[in-house]
Amino acid sequence: MSAPEFSAGEAPAEKVTEVSGTGIPVRGNDIDTDQIIPARFMKVVTFDGLGQFAFFDQRFDDADNEKDHPFNEERYQGANVLVVNANFGCGSSREHAPQALMRWGIDAVVGESFAEIFAGNCLALGVPTVTADQESIEALQDYVEANPDADVDIDVAEETITYGDTVIDAEVHDAQRKALVEGVWDTTALMGANAGAVRETARSLPYVPEEHISEDEA
Amino acid sequence: MSEGTLYDKVWDRHTVTRLPTGQDQLFVGLHLVHEVTSPQAFGMLKERDQEVAFPERTHATVDHIVPTGNRDRPYRDEAAEDMMAELEANVRGSGIDFSDPDSGNQGIVHVIGPEQGLTQPGMTIVCGDSHTSTHGAFGALAFGIGTSQIRDVLATGCVAMEKQNVRKIEVTGELGEGVTAKDVILTIIGELGTDGGVGYVYEYAGEAVEKLGMEGRMSICNMSIEGGARAGYVNPDETTYEWLKETDAFEDDPEEFERLKPYWESIRTDDDAEYDDVVTIDGSAIEPTVTWGTTPGQTAGITEPIPDPEDLPPEDRDTARRAQKHMRVEPGDTMEGYEIDVAFLGSCTNARLKDLREAAAFVEGREVADGVRAMVVPGSQRVERAAEAEGLDEIFTEAGFDWREPGCSMCLGMNDDQLEGDEASASSSNRNFVGRQGSKDGRTVLMSPIMVAAAAVTGEVTDVRELEEVATV
Repeated sequence: MSAPEFSAGEAPAEKVTEVSGTGIPVRGNDIDTDQIIPARFMKVVTFDGLGQFAFFDQRFDDADNEKDHPFNEERYQGANVLVVNANFGCGSSREHAPQALMRWGIDAVVGESFAEIFAGNCLALGVPTVTADQESIEALQDYVEANPDADVDIDVAEETITYGDTVIDAEVHDAQRKALVEGVWDTTALMGANAGAVRETARSLPYVPEEHISEDEA
Repeated sequence: MSEGTLYDKVWDRHTVTRLPTGQDQLFVGLHLVHEVTSPQAFGMLKERDQEVAFPERTHATVDHIVPTGNRDRPYRDEAAEDMMAELEANVRGSGIDFSDPDSGNQGIVHVIGPEQGLTQPGMTIVCGDSHTSTHGAFGALAFGIGTSQIRDVLATGCVAMEKQNVRKIEVTGELGEGVTAKDVILTIIGELGTDGGVGYVYEYAGEAVEKLGMEGRMSICNMSIEGGARAGYVNPDETTYEWLKETDAFEDDPEEFERLKPYWESIRTDDDAEYDDVVTIDGSAIEPTVTWGTTPGQTAGITEPIPDPEDLPPEDRDTARRAQKHMRVEPGDTMEGYEIDVAFLGSCTNARLKDLREAAAFVEGREVADGVRAMVVPGSQRVERAAEAEGLDEIFTEAGFDWREPGCSMCLGMNDDQLEGDEASASSSNRNFVGRQGSKDGRTVLMSPIMVAAAAVTGEVTDVRELEEVATV
């Protein structure tokens, strides 16, 4: 990743208005981040190479033989739209989870609902988390299973998911939609532009000593 | 939206500006750093040629990968050594204080913050760890963040957040014999669900919460995230202030304590505050509570039957069926008598001095059951020393427990402390997810420290109320 050039008023990140591609369903409620990436694969100092460990313990047995899991299936290789159920990504705050999915090839996650920290971590990577009702999601999972080569089109701005002849009325959380569509999801650049106001806020707090507030531009 | 709550007040005091996304830019009063989620953030900072904006508002420790046995450097586990070395280089290069093992202050990040007085009421506190909610016990607004957000905080001293709803959870009445803060939070999650708190911050209140010491309040706030709430808090009161007075921050500086106290008082929730939701739970009806499944919301009182998945709401049935298969439990049975192979007393939820004292009281004079591997992992080096000064280590080791060095240990199995095969553990930690304790076939039963002590000596999940407290520690 190269350092983004950013000055006030300019979008600091790439705009993500739509994601299109083939889908991959992973069914089940409450799929936690320990399942998405087991902790033992987090003993690393970069995120490189995490893709191969996505859902590792669901995909392989003790002898490293493949188990039944969509991420192992030939027909889903190359898919970039992950379709999940409710409370996906609950548990730990590890960004390793969305990093692993993204590095496996996922560009957007569609589901009934997401855990908050997980959704925030996805946004920080420019990966939309799009929600729709249970019935629509299950129908989409069935469709993707039957049509692994068919495109699923997510319109982030319009909040729709289109597949075959069906258009799902979906939801992208307001702040997330704005950040993605306008390309302002790189919050480091966005907030870095307000260093003066940050110092002012810090000074107004009785517990922050003056010597902790640097005059240098952050 | 809520009005006049601690959450509203602390949020307002820390808001820098409204961002174009509609999120607020919040100043971060304390940024806690550990070795697992920070290296990539420091890397991103370097790529952008940026420096740490507020190093004095940042504090680091090592907990997740640190060995709890032999800690000679280099660590025997090369990956752990690499992570430790990376953390040392990152924090020392940035002028960040580091509670490393040589300092005698090392420990689990959510144990050391409160014990050193880094954690204070009315602060915003973040850490790349979902159990950061722990610090809410002091009336701080504390939540876990991801690695890209760590980069944000390192570079700007701020996070971008959207304000959430506030749900007051009022736990009324008096807790019964053998019932602890852990049982309260397991009950709350069982009732409201693992995603019941999504979009909410939890304010814990009521007689049962107010009567708890800081350790109990921390156990409750710690597991807010297991109920889906990113943050949870208790309003600061005399109990909070008594704890703070004894910490490094104020023990030699009573004037600073008096100077800050009006601020702490000012951010308490107003009597006429408005909440988005209020839930009342009868504290006197809570039993010693354990999990029967593979989410922290799958709980039952020790005398209550494990539910039949068919009797649960439709969306919970599939998860319950899979959980019961994994745990090998049957609907209608209770968890009492469930055989265990491992007893783990540790974690950021329950490894403070009070937790160890209470557990020791049930262990003294007894022996760990045959075939059970039992370990105590103190939450910090300070907890370890204090416990040793009271002789707690001897009580545990004489009973057959392993007394180890501080760290996250078997809560998540990132060091050598792991379940093997399909071992079942009685654990004072916070997550019973499949694979969480290091073996994908391992089975975790969450419970309070005294229930872990009881399970350790009987070899099975046991109602601690039926076990006589032997010691007077």
